[in-house]
Amino acid sequence: MLAPAIVVPLVPALFNHEEPRLFGVPLFYWLQLAFLVISVSATLIVYRVTRR
Amino acid sequence: MNEHITEIVIFTALFLLVSGMGFVAARWRRADNLASLNEWGLGGRNFGSWITWFLVGGDLYTAYTFVAVPALLFGAGATGFFAVPYTVITYPLVMLVLIRLWSVSHVHGLVTPADFVRVRFGSPTLALLVAITGIVATMPYIALQLIGIEAVLKTMGVTGDLPLIIAFAILAAYTYQSGLRAPALIAFVKDILIYIVILVAVIYIPARLGGFGSIFDAADAKFAKTPAPGDGTLLNANNQLQYITLALGSAMALFLYPHSVTGVLASRSRDVIKRNMSALPAYSLLLGLIALLGYMAIAAGITPIGTDVNTVVPQLFDQMFPDWFTGVAFAAIGIGALVPAAIMSIAAANLFTRNIYKEYLRRDATDAQEARVSKLTSLVVKVGAVLCILLIDPQFSIDLQLIGGVIILQTLPSVALGLFTRWFHRVGLIAGWTAGMTAGMVLLYNIANPANNHAHFGGSAFPLSKLGFDTPMTVYAGFLALIVNLAVAALATVLARRLGSSEGVDGTSPRDYTADAGDPEVKDDLEVAGST
Repeated sequence: MLAPAIVVPLVPALFNHEEPRLFGVPLFYWLQLAFLVISVSATLIVYRVTRR
Repeated sequence: MNEHITEIVIFTALFLLVSGMGFVAARWRRADNLASLNEWGLGGRNFGSWITWFLVGGDLYTAYTFVAVPALLFGAGATGFFAVPYTVITYPLVMLVLIRLWSVSHVHGLVTPADFVRVRFGSPTLALLVAITGIVATMPYIALQLIGIEAVLKTMGVTGDLPLIIAFAILAAYTYQSGLRAPALIAFVKDILIYIVILVAVIYIPARLGGFGSIFDAADAKFAKTPAPGDGTLLNANNQLQYITLALGSAMALFLYPHSVTGVLASRSRDVIKRNMSALPAYSLLLGLIALLGYMAIAAGITPIGTDVNTVVPQLFDQMFPDWFTGVAFAAIGIGALVPAAIMSIAAANLFTRNIYKEYLRRDATDAQEARVSKLTSLVVKVGAVLCILLIDPQFSIDLQLIGGVIILQTLPSVALGLFTRWFHRVGLIAGWTAGMTAGMVLLYNIANPANNHAHFGGSAFPLSKLGFDTPMTVYAGFLALIVNLAVAALATVLARRLGSSEGVDGTSPRDYTADAGDPEVKDDLEVAGST
């Protein structure tokens, strides 16, 4: 479950591009920040599933 | 009269306010007495979700981070943004690893990562190595917090060493008095200030500079003009491997640092930690935005004071904001240095007390004696950090910090892997640590940085061509050293078993690693305090 959250941000081919820009910010910057969503979702799901 | 007088007044006022809070903190969530490491050094081991969020957030995202990461982007571009993937992947890793450390520590009343190694592998020697590594890696980190304050003071035109010494003396006094409760309480103020400042900065500054589009265009234009091949607003084929190994290596190093362990162990239950792993990435978003301040500084035409590139962010604030808000922003950075510095000194002091003093100097030390030694050590650690900055070239602290990241990574096999498997032999782990440390030092020594005339210790990017590979690619030195460490540890483990060397006693059982608050084997805080 946590594996994609660790692996995806480590694949430069995914994010090392200029376009498309978002509000003038190159993909490189906004997509890496967007990866936070994966991390947060993964940890949230693990928390929910393992809570007691 | 100084033109920065408004800034100085607001900075000083906020600084004094939090210092007062630091002293009062001893009474906050009051314990019967502070004379034990569980109380002084871990805040009673009873922090809930909110406190943990502010404490760990305030602990991991330091003042140095706030000035150095944008400075990296200012100087080199995209490579500096590694801090974002690094802090994104660190939380799932923490969730896997430190949560087990929390459980086993609560069952056995452990305070430091070296305590765990001691119990798990039955080896005081290995524990000593882990403790020394932790202390050595943490010291320059504390010194770097001073560089954060220094950058702000410089921009306000305050020179001389006295203000720095006063700031650290106050810090030392309330940490001594209140222990971990002080940074926990101050972290609230610090983090709220930082959030406000950064949100205002990323909305207000781009609006004045013509939007993000023109900011990035200005950065592109700057990097196109410089002769350095490695810079630019995107990565190139040669530094991608460095980028991801540095992000992964730093993420693994982060949770091995004694101060992050201290923050996590102080929380009340496994649920508190898990919830925080989903909530802490909010700070990473903040860090990403802060990083972009480096490009804003380029677009605003900021030049650093002298050669100190760490002054670009304070300079940017000074130029863009009205005086009073600049004062608030500077206070945020200054206070931002206090929280991690306090936690780091507590963590280093705990390591000394538990794994050197109690293990080798005074086996029958009582709780009160442990707490007293820890308090005194925290003072010594801070005096050491101040001396580091005053007597030695600050660049040397930055180099030491670089080395710190590489060496703390060498405790990964004993601490992080040790939480999952007892396969490694203690002799193997010691051999691996020795090999990893040596390899790390040799690699770092051979990294030159022509930009600041360093023939050695010039950075963390090791060119693979030096190992005989026909490529211009670079890789994070700590990562290579860790591979050497693991290989030697595995080899020596097999050898030690063949030779029938004693395994040592494992004081833990598999159930200890998943125990939670409320389980019978997890003592409540009073009993824990009595049993250590």
